[in-house]
This record gives sequence, structure tokens and C-alpha cells, in this order.
Amino acid sequence: MRKVVIGLEVHCELKTVTKNFSASKNEYTSIPNIHVTPVDLGLPGILPVVNMEAVKKALKTAMALNCTNPDEVLFDRKNYYYPDLPKGYQITQVTKPMGKNGYLKIVMPDYEKDILIHQLHLEEDTASLDHYPAYSLIDYNRSGIPLIEIVTEPCISNALEAVKFLETLRDVFIYCEVSEADSKKGQMRCDVNISLTDSDKLGTKVEMKNINSFSSVKAAIEYEIKRQNEVLDKGEKVIQETRRFDEETMKTYSMREKVDAVDYKYFIEPNMPPVKLTKEFLDDIRKEIPRLQYERYHQYTNEYELSEYDSNVLVKDKDIADYFEELISYDIKPKEACSWVTTVILGSLNKLNTDLEGLFITSKMLSEVIKLTLDNKISVGNAKKVLYRAMDEKVDPIEIIEKEHLRQIDDESVLVKLVNEALDEHEDIVLQFKEGKEYVTNYFVGQVMKKTKGQASPVKTLEIIKEEIKKR
Amino acid sequence: MKSEILRLRKLLDENKTTGEELFKQAIAKNDKEINAFVTILDKYMHRGGKTLIDNIPYALKDNISTRGILTTACSNILKDYIPVYDATVYKKLKEAGAVLVGKTSMDELAMGGTGTTGNNGVVRNPWNKKRLIGGSSAGSAASVAMNLVPFSIGSDTGDSIRKPAAYGGIVGFKPTYGRISRYGLFAFASSLDHVGCFTKYVADAAIVTDIIKGYDPHDMTSLKDDDECYFDMLNNSVKGKKLFYFKDICDPKNYEDDDELVEILTKFKETIEKVKSLGIEVEEVEFPKELLLALYPTYMTISCAEATSNNSNLTGIQFGPRGEGTSVEEIMFDARTKGFSELIKRRFILGSYILQKENQEKLFKNAQRVRRLVVSKMEELFEKYDGLIMPSSGSIAPLFEDSSDKLSDKYLILENHLVIGNFGGFPSISIPSGIVNKMPISINITGRAKEDGLVLNLAYKIEEVLDFEKVGE
Repeated sequence: MRKVVIGLEVHCELKTVTKNFSASKNEYTSIPNIHVTPVDLGLPGILPVVNMEAVKKALKTAMALNCTNPDEVLFDRKNYYYPDLPKGYQITQVTKPMGKNGYLKIVMPDYEKDILIHQLHLEEDTASLDHYPAYSLIDYNRSGIPLIEIVTEPCISNALEAVKFLETLRDVFIYCEVSEADSKKGQMRCDVNISLTDSDKLGTKVEMKNINSFSSVKAAIEYEIKRQNEVLDKGEKVIQETRRFDEETMKTYSMREKVDAVDYKYFIEPNMPPVKLTKEFLDDIRKEIPRLQYERYHQYTNEYELSEYDSNVLVKDKDIADYFEELISYDIKPKEACSWVTTVILGSLNKLNTDLEGLFITSKMLSEVIKLTLDNKISVGNAKKVLYRAMDEKVDPIEIIEKEHLRQIDDESVLVKLVNEALDEHEDIVLQFKEGKEYVTNYFVGQVMKKTKGQASPVKTLEIIKEEIKKR
Repeated sequence: MKSEILRLRKLLDENKTTGEELFKQAIAKNDKEINAFVTILDKYMHRGGKTLIDNIPYALKDNISTRGILTTACSNILKDYIPVYDATVYKKLKEAGAVLVGKTSMDELAMGGTGTTGNNGVVRNPWNKKRLIGGSSAGSAASVAMNLVPFSIGSDTGDSIRKPAAYGGIVGFKPTYGRISRYGLFAFASSLDHVGCFTKYVADAAIVTDIIKGYDPHDMTSLKDDDECYFDMLNNSVKGKKLFYFKDICDPKNYEDDDELVEILTKFKETIEKVKSLGIEVEEVEFPKELLLALYPTYMTISCAEATSNNSNLTGIQFGPRGEGTSVEEIMFDARTKGFSELIKRRFILGSYILQKENQEKLFKNAQRVRRLVVSKMEELFEKYDGLIMPSSGSIAPLFEDSSDKLSDKYLILENHLVIGNFGGFPSISIPSGIVNKMPISINITGRAKEDGLVLNLAYKIEEVLDFEKVGE
């Protein structure tokens, strides 16, 4: 068995209002060339102006990945000619990347592993090209969109680890609210470097570029392990090259051999004076990093004693996890909170195809309803009905409960009066009780419910009936 | 006060002329043999502004982006390029009410110091058409030197405003790096590029700079507003100010076989005496000669490297003449092969070589280190002195057929010291100071970064005692 060594380079578009170095909108659209300024076209005389929102989000991600940050924001130019690169150089970071030497913990079924991050840097995306048989078209909407590139150390051992890393990384992006990380929109793309070896030395590296989906990453790695094993089994050498993964055939194809690495003639971008990063500035960003999935999952399973399944469901989406934790902060017990969130809330989100904001029910509202059920002030059934109605009508559920008098009647004096009314009205049935038919108490519960439009506490009512009927 | 702008201002304010009349007069004065213009506007365009330059005609170098007006940088690769946006400097001038007369000839892509390398032919010196006016802002210098416009805008990466100003007997001012936005100036070498102006008199340079300076959100290297009016500072007292010049290099005794240079340096000494008469102290200072000798190679190394990258957008893909070929590489290759002159290609090859991974440390980074050494030596001197005063050039405007020995001290230092102003981003002004062989000579004053007002103030006072015009007659 040869050892597999995989390193990943992950590109992710940041979610910002404007592009990285221009005032164009950073917005996904299918209409070509509408988010474009002279800067994105690389027209003569243009100058880049750095988007500090992108800088902050890149730094935030670097911090979430446990990287060290630089002392200043500095950009470099990567020089090469290609039609999707209007300036003839890409503004990127080599000298002082936003993050260095970090790690991200992944949880595999039987073990946990730290995937080491070599560096994270901020750069600009290129334009996109559409190729036709006789010509190609350029869409500059993507030109200049802020992009972070995360380069791992070659420390991933198989396709499953690679996919788990990508999933965990995507969750970090979404948790930190730096990107939607939607691979369908090309917002998250991945290059895979893979080599096989049966010694301590690294084998010959093969690079696979721009793989869009996680399942393709898995298939590409599996195919490439098989292919390289076959080559080595035959006693041949693996060629150092760039290969393309074809999603139709699920195979990789040679694109170009890599004789020598291209010289990109990097040098420091002279149009952007370095911006010093103060401790206060970095601390403010650090404060905005939410507790990440891994930490929450451990708290839910260990401290809250929730099942692994429920914990996973809760941490999957940061908004849901936050909502759940808010309920706990309103003195709802974790198990209780979990049960309401996973049934009523998640169920409604699916059914109504909306987000928490669209659901209208805040964690505060839900906590008050839960408390009423715990105090037997309202039945669980009624509580759910009220919540669904509240979502529908966009009104506070407590308001509905008050208006519709849905609060259970458990006031003893009220119930005693109502029970005696019912007993007076149906003396024949009281007689049946005296004849030993004790089950008729249920009939009286029904009568009291009728009088109170279902608001009477059934438990309390039955107790009182049993006492009062004996007095007859 | 000597000011061409104020003279015209008065005529306009007294209704003795109109903006349109001045515009037409300017065009009528154009001597086509000089070849100052790439484009002359066919229409008087004016947007009112209550400023001193309202309705005053001016010219703009052809590497400054003007929406809807051809801007070629005198390169074939941009021969039909019509920008879609306005450079900040042009926008400010438009808003101030100034009237654009035309776009001026230049060395191709601002690379060159002779005014002879543009794709529309050589630019001639109005003082003597057998002589060049220098570059790269050749046409901007010539348009003021031939009294066509009272001011013009140029760019200065090594000495591209101050040298042609010296050869043309006019004022050329390049303020502190970042004082004037570079947004819309076609980049040559971003860390050295400056926008500046040509005028007849120092006061005019102050008036124009007051209008075009200022912070620009489009240019991260632009300085915060200094909220000073340089025009108002012109008459400040200069008594007790201190200037210095480089000792050995300005000593006529070192160049006994060069009559012209001896005369220039002798006149420089006379100028120094006149400067002293203002109560300004002038001292000679030893400046490390190895640093002075390194100025030109350092400049070439840094500027070629940055230029290679800055001009990588010129591929004929987004704009410009489309090349021929069957692959994108071939198409870009063809466009660039046809689009640039040999001189430009030479600089790009140099720049590319300098930036190569294996050469960067030895060439590019060492050049940057030398640049820092020069700048810190200057800053050290600026602790004691308010400015450097030097002859702008070691020669009068050369004849077209002249060639100079590019490895002589005269060439390496006296012809290239102005680049110190670009290395440190120091404000630097050249003003005419006398006549040698019927051609103007000039002195240069370079001051501390951000002290543009003081440099103009010194230049204004010195201009008064030099009385160049009287000498010129």
C-alpha cells in the first residue's frame, strides 16, 4: 500500500457589497458585464482602492483557521498574460498573506485530525470566459471580486478526509458570514495536489485544477489514486503535470506537463501603501468570530447530553444553533429547547421554505410559549397550533393565546363552580356514578371543557370532579 | 506680480476678451512644425467655475484620460483609444472652468526624455526648431514655450516635466508624490509617476496646483488635503531659509573642455549670488558620489520593471488594435509586436529581466535599496536645509543629431539628478535662469516632501531676482 499525500488549494469568493479594488457591485447575476467599472476592465490610468470589508473578512477567516496575521496589509502583483486578466497582472498576496500557519480540526467517524493550513491570502478573481467554436466571450462581472485562497500543507491522506475538510471549511465560511460558499455559483473552487509514495519522500505531484463540487473532488482523488497506483505498479513513473477532471466520464485527463514552474515575477503593488494593522483593529475582528461548529457540537453532546444526531442537526446552520442557544439563555432546558427547535422550528422552515427571519417567531417568543406548556398553562397541542398561526399571521403567539383565551383554566374556585354546575345539570349521570360506573367522570370532564371552550386544565378538572361527585 | 493667467483673467473680467476668443487665438498660434499636439479640439467646451482659471485655455498631455477625446500616449497600440472616463486632474480643471485646447505630443508611453519617440513624430523647440525640447512631456512644454496656452499639464517620472521646462525656458513644477491624484494618468512607473504643470511664471504654477491638488478616493497614494493656498504663500519672507547644492558636480573646474557646461555652471554661481541677495543662505554639500552615479541605473531599473507590469493591459484584447493569430497568445503577441516601438520593447525586456525571480534580488531589490539610501541621505540634509538648488541640466536643449556620452559624470549626474525628486516624492520646480548660446538655461529647487508651498515660495522669490525675461531680450 502506497501512502497518499494530498494538498488542497481552496478558492472562495467573499461576500462584500463591492469588489476588492473597485466600486462595482459584488453580486451574482446571469446578465454579463453589468457590474463593471474602468478598474475592472484594466483601462489605462486606473488605480486600485482596497475594500476594507474584504480585508476584514479575510483576516476573520484566517483567525477562525487559527492562523497568525501580518503586521500590515500589503499586496503583490502576479504578472501573466491571459484574456481573463484585463490588467495583465492579478493583485494578490505573497509577501504578507492575511494568515499563515493555521489549522482546522476535522471530525472523521473514528478519529479527529488537524488539517494544517500553510497560508490564506486575499486576491481578486479574474473575468470569466465563455468559449464557442469560433470565438470566446469575456464577462467582467467576476473580474475583481474578492477571493481568498487557502493552501493546506500536504497532510491529507484520502478522499474522505479531503471532502470532510472542504465541508468543515465551508461551514467556517458560512459560520463566519464571510461567504455563501455556494459551489453551484462557482463561489468555492478547489485545486487538488496529489502524490503517491512508498517511502518517506514525497512522490511526484499531480495537480488537478478548478474542481467545483465536493463530490467531484472525491471522485477525482479516487480516480487519480487508482491511476497513479496502476502507473507505479507497471514500474513506470508518474509525470509531474496538471490534469483536468471531467465530470461526465469521472476521469482525469492530462492538460499540460509542468517542466518548470511559471515565473510570475511577483513584486509589491506600488499603488497601495501598506495599511498598518493595529491590535485594536484585529481584536475587533476577533470579537466577531462566532463559536464554531466543532466547539458547539462538543458542548451539545457532552454538557447538554443531546444525541449526536440532534447535535449535528442543530450545529449544521449557525442561525439555528444561535437560536437554540438563545432559548437556553431564556432558561429553557437544553433537551426541551432541542425538541422544540428540531420539530416546530426546523419543520416549519422546511415547509415554508424560509429562513428564521421569515419565520417571525423569535427565540424570546418561543421561550415564553414553552414556559406556558411547562407550567401547564397551555397544552402542547394548543401551543403548536398557536405557533403555526403566529407564523402565518405574523403576530406574537402570546397575543393569540390571550386573545383567544387559550390559557388553561386551573383556578380551583372557577373549576369547582363549573364542575358543580355540570353535576347539577346531569343528576341522572351522577346517579350512574353512585351505581359504581366510575368512568362517567370523563363525561363531566367533557362538559367542563365545553363550558370553557377547551381551556380548562383536564388534569385539574378530573381531580375536582372526583372530589365534588363524592359529596353528592 | 508676473502671471500669465492673471493677465488673461483681467482681460476676461474686464470683458476685453472671451473664453472662446482665447481658445481660438490659442489654436491660431499653433505652429504645426513644432508638432506640440496629437489632437486639437474643434470645439470650445466650457463649464463655468468661479476660479482664477475660469475660461483660461490649457493643454493636457496625451497620457491623461479624457472621456470621449482620443488619448494615444503617442503609441500605436493606443492609436484609436478613446477613454470612457475622466482623469481626476482633468475633471478638476473642467470643473474649475479651464478650457481644453488639445492633447499634447509626448515620448511614447512617457518613456523617454527627448520628445522624439512618439508615433506622431518629433517635437521641436520653439526657441530653435533644430533643437529638441526634451520629454517626455514635450508637447505640453512646447505649447507653453510658444505662448499658445498659459499653462499645460504633464507627467514626470524621472524629470519629464522639469527637463523640458528647462529646455523651453519655462517653469515646470512637480509637487509632492500624492499631492495631485494619478487616477487617469496612464501608468509608467507607479512609484515614481507624478502629475504636474508647465507655466510661464511661478505664480501661475501655484494657481494651477491650488486647483488640481487634493485627496482623491480613487488614488490610495494621494495625500490628505493640506488646506493651504500656495498662491497666498508666494510672498512669504524667505530670509534665513537655507539651500544647498552638490559641491564637486557643480564646479566648472571639473569640465574645462566643455565650454557650454563651464558657462552654465558659471552662470549657476552667479545665480547663487542673486539667491543669497534675498537673505537665503546657500551652502555647498558633499553628496556621496557613488550614490549620484547610481541615480540613472537605479531609475532605469525601477522604472522599467514597473513599466513592464503597468503596460501589460495593452494586449489588443480589451481595447486597441486587435492582433492576428490563431491562439490568444499569438493575437496578444502580434498586437504588442506591432503596437510598440523598438525603444519601448527594449525597456519591457529590461523590466521583465529585472523582475525575473533569479534577478530580482540583485537588480530590482538592490535598486530599491539604493533609492532608499538616496532618499534618506536627502532627508538627512533636509533636516538642516530647506531645499536643494541645482542647475536643471548640464546642457542647453540638444540638437536633434546630438548624442551624449551616457557614461560621463556630466550625463550620469548633471543630466539625471532631477530624479531624486521622484525617488523621494519631493516637490521640485525648474525655473528659467539665463541664456547660454541663445538658448535658455534653468535652475531647479527641490524641497521637503509635503512642503510644496515653501518650494513655490522660494521659486517665486528667486524668479523675481533672476529677471529672466530681461536677460532673454
